[in-house]
Amino acid sequence: MTTINPKKLENSSNEDNGHHEDFRLFGLITFLIADGMTFAGFFAAYLTYKAVNPLPDGAIYELELPIPTINTILLLVSSATFHKAGKALLKKNNVESQKWLLITAVLGISFLICQLFEYFHLPFGLTDNLFASTFYALTGFHGLHVTLGTLMILIILWQTRIEGGRISYKNMFPFEAVELYWHFVDGIWVILFIILYLL
Amino acid sequence: MTILIDKKNQVTEKIQPKGFLRYFSFSLDHKVIGIQYLVCGFLFYLVGGTLASAIRIELTSPMSDFMPRDVYNQVLTLHGTIMIFLWIVPVVNGAFGNYLIPFYVGARDMAFPRLNAVAFWLIPPSGLMLITSYFIDGAAQAGWTAYPPLSITTPQSGQIVWILSVLLLGGSSIFGGINFIATILKLRRPGLKLMQLPMYCWAMLGTSILVVLSTPVLAGTLILLSFDIVANTGFFNPVLGGNVVVYQHLFWFYSHPAVYIMVLPAFGLVSEILPIHCRKPLFGYKTMVFSIMGIVVLGLVVWAHHMFTSGTPPWMRLFFTIATAFIAVPTGIKFFNWVATMWGGKISINSAMLFSCGFIINFVFGGITGVALAQVPFDIHVHDTYFVVAHFHYIVYGGSVFVIFSSIYHWFPKVTGKLLDEKLGILHFALTFIGFNLCFAPQHWLGLNGMPRRVAEYDPQFQFVNQISSLGALFMAISTIPFLINIFLSVKNGKKAGDNPWKALTPEWLTSSPPPVENWKGEAPLVTEPYGYGSDNY
Repeated sequence: MTTINPKKLENSSNEDNGHHEDFRLFGLITFLIADGMTFAGFFAAYLTYKAVNPLPDGAIYELELPIPTINTILLLVSSATFHKAGKALLKKNNVESQKWLLITAVLGISFLICQLFEYFHLPFGLTDNLFASTFYALTGFHGLHVTLGTLMILIILWQTRIEGGRISYKNMFPFEAVELYWHFVDGIWVILFIILYLL
Repeated sequence: MTILIDKKNQVTEKIQPKGFLRYFSFSLDHKVIGIQYLVCGFLFYLVGGTLASAIRIELTSPMSDFMPRDVYNQVLTLHGTIMIFLWIVPVVNGAFGNYLIPFYVGARDMAFPRLNAVAFWLIPPSGLMLITSYFIDGAAQAGWTAYPPLSITTPQSGQIVWILSVLLLGGSSIFGGINFIATILKLRRPGLKLMQLPMYCWAMLGTSILVVLSTPVLAGTLILLSFDIVANTGFFNPVLGGNVVVYQHLFWFYSHPAVYIMVLPAFGLVSEILPIHCRKPLFGYKTMVFSIMGIVVLGLVVWAHHMFTSGTPPWMRLFFTIATAFIAVPTGIKFFNWVATMWGGKISINSAMLFSCGFIINFVFGGITGVALAQVPFDIHVHDTYFVVAHFHYIVYGGSVFVIFSSIYHWFPKVTGKLLDEKLGILHFALTFIGFNLCFAPQHWLGLNGMPRRVAEYDPQFQFVNQISSLGALFMAISTIPFLINIFLSVKNGKKAGDNPWKALTPEWLTSSPPPVENWKGEAPLVTEPYGYGSDNY
């Protein structure tokens, strides 16, 4: 076993002057794993309720499929349009990128409108029964994520402008971060759709 | 001082306050943040200790004569919450992690300095909020576990403040965890391999994985609980068709790993301290790493051993008993590695070493009672009795807090450049060790004989043993005095420590004491063998 003394420490010539590679995306992925665990807790609670807590007599818990199916399509398409926007930005075509971002934002807003429409037309309220509460908690928590995501898309849409915008093919991080987040929110929705509506 | 890159990619230096004021600022320096965590945590420790004293005074007599019963409930809830979320978790993770990890990976700061500062500054307001709730409308009364339906039926405002405060602290913890994972995995100095890192890095990596995976589940659970309280939903309210056991599952999915979040960093710190004061390489580096990761994996799948009396089905009892018993294997490996590290070494008996030895003794005892508690028949007998209280105090106080003190004695010379007084330190250790064992060892007997926990009144036959326990608590309270005197005297006119008073090889000792703003004047040293003691006069 060789021993390294402070006197004969190896020194590499790699002096970085305080710069290092960018791992903000790595940090964001770690955060999204944490965020996903929150949803996992909710899903686990919902599935346990489903297994052990039967719906009491006379309680209404019926979900219609059309609106959530439209919502699933809206979100999946929005993921694709976001991806398109990223490709356009890489080709230095900011205007094209903004166009796709705008479509993505509109899709996000339509999702939220559909979600609210569904809320207002459901035959049960937040406190009606256990499943109603869980339904609103899960979709509401996801809706909060979509709301935040849409706001962030609008911000990066503004920041992608050519004159004075901060985001360009040279500085992709804010764009990539929001894109990653948006795909994550979509993925959660797909799981939520399967567990809540289809199961 | 941190290097920021502005939009034109010019390097600008952000000016931070200098001198004492920087400890009250939104500083981005990891060393300042580490000290902020430590001092803030210690102040909350004094509050939590005062509450513990109140509990022990109440329990010197079988009747609730020192304080009313509902105040007793508030006091024990605050005591548990403060000690866990505001003292041990922030200090073993935030304080020592922030101070040491950048040194150990050869970096100048953490990966995300601003996130780091945000994580710290979430703690003082949420802690103050929690404590103020006592004076406004009464604090939460449901214990640190906040089990429904108790937490739904007790006065609500205190419980809501408790939830908010724990949510903020959980957020702080997650931000810290993200930062540690990125720093350890991504910010390592070029040429430094993972298997060359000091053991504390591995402990913090494991802990941070647990934090990131389990804390969000607690956050979600508490959000649902707050809906139950304010919006009249019935997630956990059996009257409205809810299920209390679901709360327990989700709660313990965080709160069992929380035990490892409190004790794994302590394992890491002990693994740093022992080799230096025994002048021997850390025994079994690889097995240490694997046992840490083993504890991380197993720690995530043992939570239901807290719930053997909650109507858990037999298969669940069997699985969780076996999984829990398995955790004794990696933990035992670590214990034997520490003993083997000390075996035949040139052991210096100083305060840091004494506290570490105290940790090993207490922790083994707490670990053995833990294995006993994992067995269903035994657990059902002593569930919710003082046996459990004694067990987890042996782990979190006899384990983590002993290590915190050991680490303070060990790294104080690095942080301040002054040595702590050894005589006062040994007095501190003696009082703490005797007081601690006097306080908690008799509680095993109390629990085995059926004294329930969390109740202000008890059967008069337990009075004598309770008084012995309270005497031990008095010793522990007194032990803080020599410690504080020691700190103040040494900061003012302690002996100069020099850069490396312990002749250590880990990177933080290879710079000046206290270290300069960006850790090293020149390049970061590459330490590939942090435990190479025992030759070349080292």
